[in-house]
Amino acid sequence: MPSLKDLKNRIESVKSTRKITKAMQMVAAAKLRRAQEAAEQSRPYTERFNAVMANLASSVGGSDSAPKLLSGTGSDKVQLLVVMTSERGLCGGFNSNIAKLAKTHAAKLQAEGKEVKILTVGKKGRDQLKRDFGSLFIGHVDLTEVKRVGYADAQGIAKDILARFDGGEFDVATIFYAKFVNVVSQIPTAQQIIPASFEDAEGDEASTLFDYEPDEEAILADLLPRGVATQIFSALLENGASEQGARMSAMDNATRNAGEMIDKLTIEFNRSRQAVITNELIEIISGAEAL
Amino acid sequence: MADTVQFDLVSPERRLASAQVTAVQIPGADGDMTAMAGHAPTITTLRPGVLSAEGPDGTTDYVVTGGFAEISAEGISVLAERAIPKADMTKADHDAMVKEAEEALANAKEVFVNEPGPVDDAAKLLADMVAVGDHISV
Repeated sequence: MPSLKDLKNRIESVKSTRKITKAMQMVAAAKLRRAQEAAEQSRPYTERFNAVMANLASSVGGSDSAPKLLSGTGSDKVQLLVVMTSERGLCGGFNSNIAKLAKTHAAKLQAEGKEVKILTVGKKGRDQLKRDFGSLFIGHVDLTEVKRVGYADAQGIAKDILARFDGGEFDVATIFYAKFVNVVSQIPTAQQIIPASFEDAEGDEASTLFDYEPDEEAILADLLPRGVATQIFSALLENGASEQGARMSAMDNATRNAGEMIDKLTIEFNRSRQAVITNELIEIISGAEAL
Repeated sequence: MADTVQFDLVSPERRLASAQVTAVQIPGADGDMTAMAGHAPTITTLRPGVLSAEGPDGTTDYVVTGGFAEISAEGISVLAERAIPKADMTKADHDAMVKEAEEALANAKEVFVNEPGPVDDAAKLLADMVAVGDHISV
């Protein structure tokens, strides 16, 4: 049976924990709004870009001279997994979910006899994958210093990946990130970025005949590397929003649990205080009676 | 009153402009072109340069690098990797861009020793970047 003082200390410590989680929840809520805005801002670019790329890809894609970024290297022996997670913890299952998806994917590919290479973005995912797949790491991108993800960050990652692709280090690249649905639900997603795949544009757009300056293939060769950067950028933004959303709901839960714990401890505290008083009374009364 | 056409300028980070304009001068990879209402549908890549949109309330200039422009019956959309309103462009911004291009050139020279293609591309990029500096007169 803990003493009254122990209980009191315990209650105080849980109370300050609740304050911290509450503050974190509010910070996450504010950051989430900003992250969502950033994701919203980038949407027009990504959508137009993909529409044009789909258009171009469908007209050039069939020919033999199509760039490798679009048609692939003709093999899928070496797979690169780009695992994007957050730099900070305390965000519920966010990082674990992404890491788990990447792990299953990697294990499946290995079972199929393919070579797997892993590039990590964000240290939380790296820590989780290190034990099983540490030997497969070929690089790590650190975004700890980055306060707001900018397009330049995505370009840096894309440049790294493209250099490795040009160097023949891998055939297929897939990115792993969490798609933001709402605050309580973020879906870990795997998306293939090299060779590029574009969803078909709506039928009415394909009917417009464009003039191309320079020719279609030159444009495609110019735009495909940018497409990689664009996809990474939107994945980073989605990830940012997901992270904050996950943290918000995790911290909301933590705050609620702390509240419950405080209630329970307070009842226990009151009970033992009551017991102490009763005890003292009994002692006094029996002392008085004995006289 | 000349016909107007919908003009959108978007960068990955934000939408810079969305307005009705009479003409847009686009720094295309093969040379500048001016697009007005009723222009033939065209897609062109951009070289670093100044894009000016001529609207009913005057002309707005933007410094754009990388990306492409799509001219269709519905409007003109320019997707630039980097787009900055010319008025907001500072010497420091420009210096950073030139420096980046210089590094790209040095890098290309190193990597593609016997292939003139990429090196020439990088050199052109640098020249374009420097030329932008003359336009913005900072």
